Amino acid sequence: MLQEKIILNPDKWIDNYADYLFNYAVVRVNDSDLSKDLVQDTFFAGLKSAKNFQGKASERTWLVSILKRKVIDHYRKINSKKGQAEVRMSFYNDGENEGSWIEERVPQSWDNASEKAIENQELKTQLDNCIDNLPEKYALVFRMKTIQEFETEEICKELDITASNLWVIIHRARTQLRKCMEDNWFNN
Amino acid sequence: MLKKLHITCNEATTICDKSQYKEASFFEKIKLTLHFLGCKICKLYTRQNKRMSGLYKDKSAACKNKINYLSQTDKEVLKKQIKEFKV
Repeated sequence: MLQEKIILNPDKWIDNYADYLFNYAVVRVNDSDLSKDLVQDTFFAGLKSAKNFQGKASERTWLVSILKRKVIDHYRKINSKKGQAEVRMSFYNDGENEGSWIEERVPQSWDNASEKAIENQELKTQLDNCIDNLPEKYALVFRMKTIQEFETEEICKELDITASNLWVIIHRARTQLRKCMEDNWFNN
Repeated sequence: MLKKLHITCNEATTICDKSQYKEASFFEKIKLTLHFLGCKICKLYTRQNKRMSGLYKDKSAACKNKINYLSQTDKEVLKKQIKEFKV
């Protein structure tokens, strides 16, 4: 059976797909300006490679696959960025104490925890600040896994990382966030 | 056998983090429980970690339902750029 070949129609791209692609990007990179750039790059790349479009997938699927590449490129860029704020380690990396808590990073009991209600705008702001303070790479993976609740497999596929790599990042992000909230909220 | 069951605090808290997403294996959970017998710090970490998961869950609920749209102005700019690109 002959399937009708889909033909690209770039004049309609913005009206038909801009919002969808923009939301797709924001959900992943959590940055509106960066998302605008990624969507723009996607459309340009689409125009450039329009002649390679085989008409098998829908226009949207094809544009999303281009945007996915753009997200991976962005992740690789922030992953290799030298001198970016590195996450503070909570455990000794080597020596006889390898894997043990570094004294000043040991969790303290949260004395005020019960007084501080969860439904509180200030707390939400503090949590946002702590997430924003994470190195970009950690924040990106943490948000995808914890806030957007993507499946592990999906994140690994989208960012081209292994599952054990993902768990190391999640672990570092969470220990750093716990410490940040302890210092700035629970025991402040 | 005993050596296989012994884990460091770093490994224990990694398992604890994994289990917050219900993705720790049965064997990992056994190792974590055994680690708790001798480590109060990691036990405290786990208690606090659960509390943090509650905060993340609230944040997630607030964020997940939000749909992000491009402004009309941004769309007009993009349209212009695409037109120019094609010429």
